[in-house]
Amino acid sequence: MTLIAAFVSSWFLLVSSVAPAQPQAPSPDAILVRVDLNAISGTKVILSEMVIHSRRDTRSVKAKSWIQGADKAFTEYLDPPREKGTKMLKLGDQLWMYSPSTDRTISISGHMLRQSVMGSDLSYEDMMEDRKLRDAYEAKVIDEESLLERPCWVLELVAKSDDVSYYSRKVWVDKDRYVLLREDRFAKSGKLLKTLEVKSVVRVRDHWIPNVLVFRDVLKQGNGTEFRVESVEFDVAIPDYVFTKASLRK
Amino acid sequence: MIRFLLKGILRDRARSLFPLLTVTLGVFLTVGFYCYLKGAIDAIIESNANFQTGHLKVTTRAYLKESDQLPNDAALMGIEPLLERLRKEFPGTAWVARIRFGGLLDVPDEKGETRTQGPVVGTAADLFSPGSREPERLDLAKGLVRGRLPQKPGEILVSDELAGKLGLEPGAKATLLSTSMNGAMGMANFIVAGTVRFGFQALDRLGLIVDLADAQSALDMADAAGEVLGFLEGTPYKQETVDVMVAAFNKRYKNEADEFVPVMVTLRDQNALGSILDAYDSATGVILAIFIGAMSLVLWNAGLIGNLKRFGEIGVRLAIGESHGHVYRTMIAESLLVGVLGTFAGTAIGLALSYYLQVHGIDISSLVTNFAILFPTILHSRVTPFAFVVGFVPGLLATFLGAVIAGRGIYKRRTSQLFKELET
Repeated sequence: MTLIAAFVSSWFLLVSSVAPAQPQAPSPDAILVRVDLNAISGTKVILSEMVIHSRRDTRSVKAKSWIQGADKAFTEYLDPPREKGTKMLKLGDQLWMYSPSTDRTISISGHMLRQSVMGSDLSYEDMMEDRKLRDAYEAKVIDEESLLERPCWVLELVAKSDDVSYYSRKVWVDKDRYVLLREDRFAKSGKLLKTLEVKSVVRVRDHWIPNVLVFRDVLKQGNGTEFRVESVEFDVAIPDYVFTKASLRK
Repeated sequence: MIRFLLKGILRDRARSLFPLLTVTLGVFLTVGFYCYLKGAIDAIIESNANFQTGHLKVTTRAYLKESDQLPNDAALMGIEPLLERLRKEFPGTAWVARIRFGGLLDVPDEKGETRTQGPVVGTAADLFSPGSREPERLDLAKGLVRGRLPQKPGEILVSDELAGKLGLEPGAKATLLSTSMNGAMGMANFIVAGTVRFGFQALDRLGLIVDLADAQSALDMADAAGEVLGFLEGTPYKQETVDVMVAAFNKRYKNEADEFVPVMVTLRDQNALGSILDAYDSATGVILAIFIGAMSLVLWNAGLIGNLKRFGEIGVRLAIGESHGHVYRTMIAESLLVGVLGTFAGTAIGLALSYYLQVHGIDISSLVTNFAILFPTILHSRVTPFAFVVGFVPGLLATFLGAVIAGRGIYKRRTSQLFKELET
């Protein structure tokens, strides 16, 4: 769940508890800068559960992730037994998966990145996203709405170049906490591909984090994937060897 | 009378040789095309049945709807009870579970790191159960190029072409990466027991054969399978037979809305084979019609030329009192005799060539790229009992029609002017 950790990282919009509400609407770029700034913390260790509501049944996958910044993440799956011991390592734009049943470390690349992570609605590509929104998209505020009883700016993001997974996005940003509360991701044709809804946001120490999210691949049959953060620790000392390929086989 | 006409035909080659050659050639082509088409369509039916469709297939409604994507997340569950039930309800049919899947074959280097990867299309069948006829259906022994057939769990066969691309030798290790029934990544290590040539371009490029139990383990499909195939035993594929079975099986699920209930379909309902079979029936009819039409025109023309050549003979016959009708009828009888002789000759040559092609086949691999169905790269003609008689339709009908049309000129001759015509 290296990838999931990276994904969550992008959703951890870490905001100081004393951050005041903005009296005036900042520019779209300023909003994205705040979002990007808050999305990347130093280090964190997350214990999480993915509840996958597939077309046929519901199953859950538990994992522990060690994350450093936006481009280093290591995840070990804990449950179910079939997946236990499976590990993933993300270093920049590279991704490896280790499977204990085969004792093989496989590089995930090319079209494999579009595959579902553990059968969820998230793809490896979703998890690999670590570019700052401000760098990848042009933004404009198109509306203001309320979500989870929180006032939000609604931003429309359009890709600056073609090397992004989604050509455009519509995001709902909490005006006070700079947390993304909802996101719709679109193809260049305008077709809706994926949606993400934050169900709850909690404060951990000085950070506001979305701890229950529902990710839905619109093209896939099923009822989405619920992502629950069971615990999160910030600024944990993570040894360097964790983010090496050798650690996958340990 | 017939002996008299026959003597005339044999002794006067000028009036019979051209029609005889025409009929022989036409019948030869008809028989040859018929046998070739029959061989092609039988090969398509059997190869598709054996590798993908069965004569009958049971799967879930959801799987059937997206079957081109091999959606194993919609696979049948509880396979053993289902097989038991099918064997009990339809005892004249062999029922077997199969899993088809796409994925990657990852070949490690000496350190266990990925050396190379290639896409595969896998077929999982029961290779090891005592009495299993699956290796025979998949023609594995015949197609084996290098190595040996799998003998124990954990061994696979890969297409010789794919093995060449990936640098795989028999005995090499490879890891299969595919999508499990839950949609997660399924990984499993295998030993390449041997390489095979399937004889179908799609499979020869990407094919992989694995034991069913190994695939169930790798894809997290315990007691599940994407498809159950049914093969009619001891009888050729007959649409009426399988339609009855399909109706009986599907009746009990008619009112259920669940997309995961089993559904039975026939070979015709899959891979666009229905339209191909229909096209074959139409093609046979069209070919016969074309040969009858073309040969009739040629024979009409030959009859007209013959009548010109025999202008004097016909005149004398009419002059000495033979009626127009009698002359007309004997001309038709004569042409029918030519038709019979030509048909025998054409059928004999056509059958001889077809038999040769039945044994040796024609390699058409360069013509069958990117086919949606399994299309054999070597086609064999098929000599059937019908092939012995199919040539009689164009052979006799065309000569008859040709003589009927050309012979009408006989009625245009005026008895009163015969001597005048004969003097000139």
